[in-house]
Amino acid sequence: MDAPKIISRRALLRGVGVAGAAAVAAPAGLLVSTSDAGAAPAAAQTSAGAAAGRQVYQHLTASEAELLEAMVDRLIPADALGPGAKDAGVLTYIDRALGSALASSRAAYTAGLAALDRYASASRGQGFLALNARDRDSVLMDVESGTVTPGIFTGNSTQFFSMVLGHTRQGMFGDPFYGGNKDFIGWDLLRYPGVRTTVTAADQKSLEADQLKPNHRSAYDNEMFVKATARNDAHDQDHNGDGHGH
Amino acid sequence: MATNLKGTDVVVIGLGAAGGVAVLPLAQAGIDVIGLEAGGVVTRRDFAPDEIRNNVRGWPFLSSHKTNQEAPTFRATASAAAVRGGHPMMNAVGGTSMHYWAQHWRLNPWDFKVVSETKRRYGANRIPKGSTVEDWPFGYDEIEPYYDKIEYELGVSGQAGNINGTIDARGNPFEGPRKRAYPMPPLRWTAFHEKMAAAATRLGWHPFPGPAAINSRSYQNRSGCMYHGFCNTGGCHVEAKNSTAVTTIPRAQATGKLKVVTGATVTEINVDSQGLASGVTYVMNGETFFQPAKVVLVASFTYENSRLLLLSKSTAYPKGLSNNHGQVGRHYFSHHQGAPVTALFPFDIKAWYGLPAQGVAVDNFADDNFDHASYDFIGGCNLWAMSDRRPISASGMNTLGLAPNWGSQWKQFIRENADRTHSSYNQKTTLPYEDNFLDLDPTVKDPLGLPVIRITGEFKDNERKIAQFSQDKMEQWYREAGAIQVTRGPVGGAMGASTHAYGGTRMGDNPETNVVNRWGMSHEVPNLGVLGGSVMGTSGARNPTHTMQALAWRTADHIAKEWKNIVKG
Ligand SMILES: Cc1cc2nc3c(=O)[nH]c(=O)nc-3n(C[C@H](O)[C@H](O)[C@H](O)COP(=O)(O)OP(=O)(O)OC[C@H]3O[C@@H](n4cnc5c(N)ncnc54)[C@H](O)[C@@H]3O)c2cc1C
Repeated sequence: MDAPKIISRRALLRGVGVAGAAAVAAPAGLLVSTSDAGAAPAAAQTSAGAAAGRQVYQHLTASEAELLEAMVDRLIPADALGPGAKDAGVLTYIDRALGSALASSRAAYTAGLAALDRYASASRGQGFLALNARDRDSVLMDVESGTVTPGIFTGNSTQFFSMVLGHTRQGMFGDPFYGGNKDFIGWDLLRYPGVRTTVTAADQKSLEADQLKPNHRSAYDNEMFVKATARNDAHDQDHNGDGHGH
Repeated sequence: MATNLKGTDVVVIGLGAAGGVAVLPLAQAGIDVIGLEAGGVVTRRDFAPDEIRNNVRGWPFLSSHKTNQEAPTFRATASAAAVRGGHPMMNAVGGTSMHYWAQHWRLNPWDFKVVSETKRRYGANRIPKGSTVEDWPFGYDEIEPYYDKIEYELGVSGQAGNINGTIDARGNPFEGPRKRAYPMPPLRWTAFHEKMAAAATRLGWHPFPGPAAINSRSYQNRSGCMYHGFCNTGGCHVEAKNSTAVTTIPRAQATGKLKVVTGATVTEINVDSQGLASGVTYVMNGETFFQPAKVVLVASFTYENSRLLLLSKSTAYPKGLSNNHGQVGRHYFSHHQGAPVTALFPFDIKAWYGLPAQGVAVDNFADDNFDHASYDFIGGCNLWAMSDRRPISASGMNTLGLAPNWGSQWKQFIRENADRTHSSYNQKTTLPYEDNFLDLDPTVKDPLGLPVIRITGEFKDNERKIAQFSQDKMEQWYREAGAIQVTRGPVGGAMGASTHAYGGTRMGDNPETNVVNRWGMSHEVPNLGVLGGSVMGTSGARNPTHTMQALAWRTADHIAKEWKNIVKG
């Protein structure tokens, strides 16, 4: 397969990635090849959504998006150290993946987010969105440790929590090609100097001397690489390939 | 109805690390070879440095189809219920040699003589109870020329430690004697590797750079390594990783004697009225074909090797091909590469770039390189400090009780420590046992309706004791290098599906206990050969592929030399 002509990822981010800004009605065909889910526009923004000043997602409903955004904002908050998951576009990452690689998690999101809200109401007297940051954290700690009122979560709340945490990290620290890690926020947080195709001995030395500057490039800024496609993405399994394989 | 195809001399099932090597000496000998490969073709343009695709999502469109659909089930013992596991191998021309780590070790001489050497030095009662381990039918000297062949034909970088008996302190003093040095110097070290090596030297150990099937400089007109950090489960964008897809397979194709057929899933090896292999049946795009051949070589990785034999039932072989002695699936073991040790250092390791085949090894505690008189196990571990770090996996680091797993405190922790941990797994001697085996799962099937392999196996006392011992040594090494915290994983239970899977069609002189003879040819079916880890009866304390490839070359050489005797039968 041949790599379609791709507009640089950075140009794309500059163009459409600004949450809450006026919608850029980006014709999909101009941005990316048709089958290329990974490089699809940062979010399909309708003029209605734009008018309301809110990003409209492809798969998450508006209320799911609101809850999820509030949750990831606590998992990796914006704070004195810098921007967090919300700023990095983690929601865009998850939303897009729910239509392909993470499609099998779609139902778990719907059920889990509703349960999160129900549990907040049942235990703290208000829905999750109405709680302040401290209370949101304490609700999330219960969800993480599985110490929630029985019957509210279908199955196990810990599982839901670690699923969202895992996907949040993917969106935060994965290649911006997939919709998250906007402006390389995640990589900068880790002090990761960036994807390079060549790292010479001199580069390694300068890294060791704390002098290697982050290059802020997506893997797919390199024209040579064929991109993951929607069709193939759909067969994806969400597993950690880092397990025990050598 | 199967469509009958035109016959050929040799059909090879699977063009991975092992099958992809065997095709070259065959083709060079003028033998017509058809390579049937279930996967397709991938090129360097498919190897983006993309952690989500390669590591998180496990190669969505390149590998996962066939191997995942036929992932073995596993259970610790015959009384436990088997559960479905994963299967990390690749389906493509080049097989798993496309995206493996390419640490490329020879076994040590002891690994070929575990039984006789243990008896000689410590007495017969030191062979662990229930183990079915045997000496190999030959020693290290016999395989040395083939190790050498692989190192030069594919390209292996490393530092020799023993050339014809002369020890070179820069290399592994415990390695078996080699005829000549590696064709390339070792991969470079980072400042952290230097630090680990210095720590090992202070402890009185002998650190050396590990060998890799990766170019440390340009070789055979392919580039040297770019150290970009996406080698783990990623293919090489500059073809510096010496997969069979860029070395032996294209060279065999260039002779005009190898025909590669992709998208061909073999479902059965067929036999004629005399019980000889007559060819193979394969499925491509829902259509069935019969490919006749004078010799059949099975090279489809350990699980599929046993599965294909067990599935190929006939009047002559009612329990599966080459299984009249009931040995197919026996002497199985997953290499013990668990029991990890993780350390936290008070400084950045600078491991963002580099690869798992680059690093410092210590062999002092492997094999029989130390006196076991005061220990209650045989064998040991190779200690290995490598480079491997990518952002998502770094963000998942164990916070070692120093921080929660999310929130502002975690953010602070990860900012400081993402590049400050190091983990090691350490390859350990693993033995075969009476009650560890492969068979066909009675209920779980692949999409073609064929049963998947079921693994029944657990690590026994000998493996668990080595694991504990290796963790002690690794912790000592990390602490000497300045680690401020060290944690250990569990020492091992059930054997899941492994990237290092051995046995099932073991090699040996005795047909009562082995499926293939010393040449890798079936004791029962003279024109059937088996390639890969399934023929290996011991693991040593290091990765298996070099040995599989040396054996594959040797089997192919044997077939070429003995062609008239093998096909006349
Ligand atoms: C992430 C990872 C890292 C690794 N690192 C190392 C390392 O550093 N050093 C080391 O020594 N080893 C390593 N290994 C193990 C190494 O990959 C294997 O030892 C080696 O690839 C096995 O060779 P093989 O030819 O038996 O199997 P493979 O290389 O997997 O090839 C088997 C081929 O057969 C094909 N096939 C399977 N079934 C059929 C069928 N029915 N019909 C047709 N074709 C079929 C497959 O598609 C595949 O192409 C690693 C493995 C993994 C997954």
